[in-house]
Amino acid sequence: MELTKDEIRDIATLARIGVTDEEVDTFQKGLSDVLGYFKKLQEVDTENVEEIGHITGITDIYRSDSVLELDEKGKKAIMDNVPDKKDNYIKVKSVL
Amino acid sequence: MIRDLHEKLLNGEVSAIELVQKHLKTIDEKDKELNAFLTVTRDIALKQASKIDEKIKKGEKIDLLAGLPCALKDNICLNGTKTTASSKILENYVAPYDATVSERIKDAGAVILGKTNLDEFACGGSTETSAFGPSKNPIDTSRVPGGSSGGSVVSVASDEVVWALGTDTGGSVRQPSSFCGTVGLKPTYGRVSRYGIIAMGSSLDQVGPITKTVEDAAIVLSRIAGRDEMDATSAKSSDKPYEDYCVGDIKGAKIGVPSEYLGEGLDESVKEVFMNAVEKYKELGATIVDVKLPHTEYALATYYIIMPAELSSNLARFDGIRYSKVEGVEPETVLDQYLETRGKGFGPEVKRRIMLGTYILSAGYYDAYYKKAQKVRSLIKKDFENVFEKVDYIFTPTSPELAFKFGDKTDDPLKMYLSDIYTVTANLAGVPAISIPIGTVEVDGKNLPVGGQLMGKWFDEEGILNAGHTFEINS
Repeated sequence: MELTKDEIRDIATLARIGVTDEEVDTFQKGLSDVLGYFKKLQEVDTENVEEIGHITGITDIYRSDSVLELDEKGKKAIMDNVPDKKDNYIKVKSVL
Repeated sequence: MIRDLHEKLLNGEVSAIELVQKHLKTIDEKDKELNAFLTVTRDIALKQASKIDEKIKKGEKIDLLAGLPCALKDNICLNGTKTTASSKILENYVAPYDATVSERIKDAGAVILGKTNLDEFACGGSTETSAFGPSKNPIDTSRVPGGSSGGSVVSVASDEVVWALGTDTGGSVRQPSSFCGTVGLKPTYGRVSRYGIIAMGSSLDQVGPITKTVEDAAIVLSRIAGRDEMDATSAKSSDKPYEDYCVGDIKGAKIGVPSEYLGEGLDESVKEVFMNAVEKYKELGATIVDVKLPHTEYALATYYIIMPAELSSNLARFDGIRYSKVEGVEPETVLDQYLETRGKGFGPEVKRRIMLGTYILSAGYYDAYYKKAQKVRSLIKKDFENVFEKVDYIFTPTSPELAFKFGDKTDDPLKMYLSDIYTVTANLAGVPAISIPIGTVEVDGKNLPVGGQLMGKWFDEEGILNAGHTFEINS
């Protein structure tokens, strides 16, 4: 299965990954090869087979619906990773 | 090994500080070449060690892990230290909290010497995709240590630490253990909390111990296993510590050997070592049974659909806004910020897998790929259920090959993926699996290790640990 260069660019944009022309060439081959390998699964009869959700079947897991208060030190540790901030808010480029 | 060192600490033969200093010295001597560590947490380690020495002096009871040097794979959060997942995108990220496993081993008194190298976001089987250079196999430094938990395995194999934690999504604890001659355990899905682990494939990921002996793996598992409120998929632990189940006797056990794991692609020298190990199990009183896992040939394709789908979703959060900045990104718009951060921050293999996952999950392809793969996964699990009605354990080689040379597979992703062929099934089915050293093969004057893999029933870590331990003490 051969993906076109335009398809590769589309997927990259959907995945929010900036790619160079050179990368488009590399991914075109790499992704097409791997997708070709997946054809193998078409041989398997999966009529009447349920797709798996959770492997060990654990159900009904609850925890109390309460707020876990983070102390100032914890809040600072999180905010220290943020590159662009004002007061205690994360700054984001305007979306609209 | 852990027990011996524990005794030495208690009887004063060595102090925790001396032990840490000895291992830090080993890191100083060896790690320039081996590159197992991305961060060495010298100060944290010395502080923890002196606390343990205080306790010993006061005659307080200490845990088996207390005072013993260990390492964490760098996708496990450790409060206040860098946690990079070996990626440029997280190069400056400092974990603001502890993973549950980090908290539990700290509570036990373990001395964490640092964070270890891995394939970027655990995507790889050789550590060659790490943004910070590969680790080297200590047995032959021209060869890869395996991956993705390569750094953790190298740190144990080269005596930089006593034990380490890795993560295993498709074999990332077991395959490098096989390449470097350590013990590596992937617990049952849910046995160990995933809270604070940088997620790869959320339905597949497990944290596992890497050690020198099987009993050590059991000791570490006892400290990290069990229900955690922060991970809804976590399960409660066994009633007794796992090491208590390492009794060294497997007379009467039934061990299944699946023919699907012995066919095309298996290196002849690996096969020979494996068949000798099968004979050994017979001598030890186990019954060997031929079994069939007929959907094995579809496991790799199934895995390489499910894992990238989950990975692409998990890695969507890395946008350059919350988890530290990637150098050189100066965007005009929010879309540019995403494209540039992720374009510059992720390496080629991670990009490939994110794009693969994005494609698989996109409208029009979801049914053909993801849904189909989840159905085949049901059939793979069913294969295991059928076999476990007849046998107690399944025994296979861990990897079809010996540690390979650097660069051998970097140009061909599919070739690299094939090295996971014997390990991905345990993650897809969710069963526990352990790789133990079963022998060596001499190549170019170096004795390259071979690993054997024991898979057990869901939540029967006890069984495979005892089976592995029994082999180990009799060889």
